[in-house]
Amino acid sequence: MAAWKGLTTNVLSHEPAIYENSFPVEGGTYENAGHVSSQIKALLKGMKISKEVVRRAALVTYESEINICSYARSGKIVLQVTPEHVTIEAIDEGQGIVDIELAMQEGYSTATDRIREMGFGAGMGLCNIKNFSDFFRITSEIGKGTHLKMVIRIDKDFDGI
Amino acid sequence: MTLREIKELLDAEVLVGHDQLDKEIKTAFGADLMSDVLAFAKAGSLLLTGLTNPQVIRTSDVLDIAAIIMVRGKRPSPETLRLAEELLIPVLTTKYILFETAGKLYAKGIVGCMERVDDERAFT
Repeated sequence: MAAWKGLTTNVLSHEPAIYENSFPVEGGTYENAGHVSSQIKALLKGMKISKEVVRRAALVTYESEINICSYARSGKIVLQVTPEHVTIEAIDEGQGIVDIELAMQEGYSTATDRIREMGFGAGMGLCNIKNFSDFFRITSEIGKGTHLKMVIRIDKDFDGI
Repeated sequence: MTLREIKELLDAEVLVGHDQLDKEIKTAFGADLMSDVLAFAKAGSLLLTGLTNPQVIRTSDVLDIAAIIMVRGKRPSPETLRLAEELLIPVLTTKYILFETAGKLYAKGIVGCMERVDDERAFT
């Protein structure tokens, strides 16, 4: 099951990446939650990318990282930067999402009290991720895991096709 | 207003960032829900919150929040303070409640980082 925003084809397959790296994220604990987001933000800051793009990329990474910490056994964040865009993928091994449409609804949440204590779990994470991305795709398989792909434009004319 | 003037106004204690009190602040955002902070707070704003866990610091780092004011006399854990020191984010604590804290700042000219969530494209 997949839900798309903005486009229906793989936007990046034909473009050479200028930077790519993968960061492991530990599931089931908040001990290091946000650590990868801080790292990615610092990396992007050093790349002469506009502040706004860096902020949006850090934001969608952070919400994704919180999701992996909250719901998955383990996962990773893959960062790819080209002159046209920043792509962030959050790939986890975990329970998966039963109903993606429902999960995308603002206010819907399956969060535990522990997640809520941290200031999350109000059913806004995926909405924030979608709203701050230029392109967003979510796929999930029950019992296996979830894959988010977010693209943020650096070049305003980049249309993703 | 400088962070130093804000500290005096709120009778606040500086927990992290003694060396950043000359920072100029013009706008603020207040919430206990980090997802709302992520959705609406703007870079360079002051964050007023009653949450004290390390995710408040992470959220502030992601957004380039200028400084955090913990309201209602909240005191963060050593873990939270360590992270704030590492990421160079000032943390102050005040005994005033959120409403009073916001009111005192507003009366001195600090405004919200947005007026309403629909008064501009919130998601930019």
